[in-house]
Amino acid sequence: MSAELVQFLVAGITLGAIYALVALGFAIIYNASHVINFAQGEFVMIGGMAATAFVDSGLPLPLAAAAAVAAATLVGIALEKLAVEPARNASVVTLIIITIGASILLRGLASLVWDKKIHSLPAFTGERPIAIGGATLLPQTLWVLGATVVAVAALWWFFNRTLTGSAILAVSHNRLAARLMGISVRRVLMVSFGLSAGLGALAGILIAPISFTSWDVGVMLGLKGFAAAILGGLGSGPGAIAGGLALGLIEALGAGYLSSAYKDVFAFVIILGALVFLPDGLAGRRAAERV
Amino acid sequence: MSRKGFAVLALVVALLPLALTNNYTYEVAIVVGLNAIVCVGLNLLIGYAGQISLGHAGFFGLGAYGSAILAARYGWPPFAGLAAAVAAVSLIAWIIGKPVLRLKGHYLAMATLGLGIIVAVVLATEDQVTGGPDGMPVPPLTLGSVVLQGEKLWYWIVAVVLLATVWLALNLIDSPRGRAWRALHGSEVAAGAIGIDPARHKLSAFVLSAALAALAGALTAHYSGFITPAKASFLHSIELVTMVVFGGMASTFGAVVGAAILTTLPQLLTVFKEYEMVTLGAVMMLTMIFMPQGLVPTLEKALAAARRKPE
Amino acid sequence: MLLRAENLSKSFGGVAAVQAVELGVERGTVHSIIGPNGAGKTTLLNLLSGIYRADAGQIFFGEEDVTSRAPHEFASAGIGRTFQNLQIFFNMSVLENVMAGRWLHEACGLAAALLRAPSLAHAERRARAESEELLGFVGLERWAHSPSDGLPYGALKRLEIARALAARPKLVLLDEPAAGLNPTETREIDQLIRRIAERGITVVLVEHNMKLVMEVSQRVLVLDHGRKLAEGDPETVSRDPQVIEAYLGVEAC
Repeated sequence: MSAELVQFLVAGITLGAIYALVALGFAIIYNASHVINFAQGEFVMIGGMAATAFVDSGLPLPLAAAAAVAAATLVGIALEKLAVEPARNASVVTLIIITIGASILLRGLASLVWDKKIHSLPAFTGERPIAIGGATLLPQTLWVLGATVVAVAALWWFFNRTLTGSAILAVSHNRLAARLMGISVRRVLMVSFGLSAGLGALAGILIAPISFTSWDVGVMLGLKGFAAAILGGLGSGPGAIAGGLALGLIEALGAGYLSSAYKDVFAFVIILGALVFLPDGLAGRRAAERV
Repeated sequence: MSRKGFAVLALVVALLPLALTNNYTYEVAIVVGLNAIVCVGLNLLIGYAGQISLGHAGFFGLGAYGSAILAARYGWPPFAGLAAAVAAVSLIAWIIGKPVLRLKGHYLAMATLGLGIIVAVVLATEDQVTGGPDGMPVPPLTLGSVVLQGEKLWYWIVAVVLLATVWLALNLIDSPRGRAWRALHGSEVAAGAIGIDPARHKLSAFVLSAALAALAGALTAHYSGFITPAKASFLHSIELVTMVVFGGMASTFGAVVGAAILTTLPQLLTVFKEYEMVTLGAVMMLTMIFMPQGLVPTLEKALAAARRKPE
Repeated sequence: MLLRAENLSKSFGGVAAVQAVELGVERGTVHSIIGPNGAGKTTLLNLLSGIYRADAGQIFFGEEDVTSRAPHEFASAGIGRTFQNLQIFFNMSVLENVMAGRWLHEACGLAAALLRAPSLAHAERRARAESEELLGFVGLERWAHSPSDGLPYGALKRLEIARALAARPKLVLLDEPAAGLNPTETREIDQLIRRIAERGITVVLVEHNMKLVMEVSQRVLVLDHGRKLAEGDPETVSRDPQVIEAYLGVEAC
């Protein structure tokens, strides 16, 4: 395996891990509420930008990161309470516009609260590259991959072994039945949004040392995370992860071997192809319309 | 109702120049008109046929660049280039519409979003042809030896095109085909049961709205004398959809009103240039939460309810 | 034989909803399909209107093999239908719902629609008048210009019938038109079905209301667990011991 290929694969998996976290956020919210949260990318942005701001104000990195995740979680819950809940019976188009509006609003607020400059976080454990198989790896990359694995494992435990997690799954399968069993759908929605926001923020913090952060970093990340979620089959957790990784790899390999100018486009071309030829996604389901 | 509305619109368009004091206000009015042309078409797709497109700025940009490139780099007579660009974009919409419109809801949203982004990136990257992210100059339209330039002249050009577009749209809505589109939106399954082929009609709504967007794009290019890829951006697509849903879905006049309000508002708020995004986002959210049908239909319903009160 | 189905089968994920069903509907009759819940009645109706594609078997309408056609092609062949869970066009008025039903006979080109050709204006007037007449036929004339989402349930069921009739079908599939109606409204549906049959339109009726079925049908097909249990005239079917056991209960009248 050429060193170049290994380099691209590493870049692809790193990117893929980030996309997977964002896609998971989409999947969790979609499952609980059938809403596509176009503001998901902004949670990534808030994670990175808030952490940067906290670090700049003197907080040590771990605390700054935790505070940033907490801040994003609060924003996620606020989004659910203020924007999604009032419109819960609205049509697909309406909800799409609301969340897109929220993403624009958050971006505008970010440019006012912070600024429009590019920021970065210090790498978690230094910047000396590690050599593996002829290619070089940033320590931060290991953090990204490691943290993603831990996050996914934690989510699995949460959804399968805790009461709240099971409640969220119940709501995603059958909202009415869940309600009849005494599950508070409102609380489930709140937790889902908060959780997704936290995941997004985590992704933003992990990637900030490598590819920096700024007020509008969330746009593309959000769209690609959405694309990854659809690629994996909307609503499927494992699908989101697979979709994210696939997308990251496609983008890295495409940018490396084909054209770096069109880096952003690969994801969308693949998505279009997948939507048109693979309507059920890599691992998803298709509901039949009941008449 | 729609005949009266059209008369009112024609009157407003004819009398507006009395209120326009300088070139800048004319420019705003022209941009309103151009946006309204796109929105009327987009409204036919979203409000009537019940589909969604988050990438319509792509058609706008393709129409603009198509006409610009044919005129600037290939020396085509501008009106011929314009017509060719609109025709080409319609063909493109027809080709990609067929597979893409089989999708529904979020999947359709994602597909149209992706298409729009691909167009925007291609326009910005192929700088040999398009001038890259900084854009390219566009020669003006000429009619024989007359160069079509200047705010006042363009106001009337856009006014005529807008009125024609609205007139066509109103005719369409009141026709069996318009009802077929609305039936599709109401219940695709029931529409099939009365012989309406969903695929065929979604496609014609898509192509028609793409053609109108391309026309507005081409006109914009020749009016401004310049075109940049930002005109095909995701943000521009979202702005257009917002104008349609804010003004009123399934309401042609709503589309015009939405375009008018949301184009002039940022101009009035140039003082608050920094707050533009916050305002746009807030408008989108608040409208959809409190007035999900849009401004004009909500007002119509309120008026109808008020009229019924004295009993 | 206007509508004929041979060996029709449809499964969903391993569960056979309809199995090897044979059906023969004579022109100008009212033909009912009955059976307990889950017997496959709606699935059969969806097969007969193109919404589901059969896994096996064939459907013939007149001389044509319509088995693998799309729903709108079934409609253009002359089969209309109503829906068990209403599929009213709530974004249109009552009259517009019925006018929409005329699509097959009013199709106009996009150019003609955009330019409002004079012939169109005349056709629109006629469409309006004939649709109002149909609303009268089903008893909804006073609601013609109301928004459809304000109508009571029983009225909406009749609106669906008017819309289906607007397409001038040769045969109409009525999916539980009396479901959820009180006895008065059910009697009105009974009379409406007879009036439809009097106009020469063949009716295939899926119903739970036994009294309605027995009074209005010439032939009855009984489904149970996706299979044909019995077929014949109402009298004979209601006396069939298998039918009684599966559906009507042990006491027969």
